[in-house]
Amino acid sequence: MSEMHIWYAVAVMVLVTASLRFLPFLVLGGDKKTPKIIQKLGKILPYAIMGMLVVYCLKGVTFTSVGGFVPSLIACLVVGILYVWKRNTLVSIVCGTVCYMLLVQVVF
Amino acid sequence: MKKTIKAALVDTLPVLTGYLVLGFGFGIIIKVNGYSLLHAFLMSLLIYAGSMQYVAIGLFTGGASLVTVALTTLMVNARHLFYGISMIDRYKNTGARKPYLIFALTDETYSLVCSDNPNIPEKERKNYYLFVSLFDHIYWITGSVLGVVVGSLVKFNSEGIDFALTALFVTVFLEQWLTTKNHAPAIIGVVSSVVCLVIFGSESFLIPTMLIIALLLCLYKEVPENE
Repeated sequence: MSEMHIWYAVAVMVLVTASLRFLPFLVLGGDKKTPKIIQKLGKILPYAIMGMLVVYCLKGVTFTSVGGFVPSLIACLVVGILYVWKRNTLVSIVCGTVCYMLLVQVVF
Repeated sequence: MKKTIKAALVDTLPVLTGYLVLGFGFGIIIKVNGYSLLHAFLMSLLIYAGSMQYVAIGLFTGGASLVTVALTTLMVNARHLFYGISMIDRYKNTGARKPYLIFALTDETYSLVCSDNPNIPEKERKNYYLFVSLFDHIYWITGSVLGVVVGSLVKFNSEGIDFALTALFVTVFLEQWLTTKNHAPAIIGVVSSVVCLVIFGSESFLIPTMLIIALLLCLYKEVPENE
């Protein structure tokens, strides 16, 4: 790509990304009262979307080899068990990530 | 205000870790492929969508047309439509902050602002949203710039460190699970995603997943009450 073409491509990505972020607010976010269905979605969507994001992060997991899923599985269990026990986000994330890094770098 | 800034700093610490690392990785790849600090800086400032920025480098080196760039961005970032829908009420009456809040609504910022931190008083909410969004944005830009500038000097094996973001989402998911009695929406989210992942594959499962989630949740009757 030429230098100019890259900047055009960046501009396109900026426009499309920002449009996706602004669109719901432009369509539904005026001063009028938010429709009932959107209020309902606003309350329950986050629960479903966080589930989707967890799966999205783990989409690279494969079951054809042990190394393809065991590190993610163990690290997620570490995060989950620590979190339910201590309810401390940072402790869970640091321990889970260190555990994952050791598993992918040293063990598998 | 001081309390709000402090709460935002503490709550964004996991994102600080994740964004510095992922931003750093992005900066390194930008450098390795022969692009400049200005590319990394402006992309992180203005696009501010992590996975898309990684995909973008492949588009540049592959010489993709602008139409391909637009369609790819649409596919990769379509999930942001959902974040907006869930934030319409929360971001109401945020005044002059609103355009920036909307612009800066990434996966990670969304996961923090939709958690409704109970320690933030109602009237400080909009400032909390602003600081969380701003801090996350700064972390991301800083990570990218550092990646370009010092990336080649660091000899640390960081393989797997991006798990920090997966871990963040797992903790938010669990927190939501533990503070509500009705788990149907969470189960709908996970099951729809897994089913679509198996059927459509990892490259294209997000859009069908979102459609199914939207449909099921619209049909869904009760609203879970926080304890």
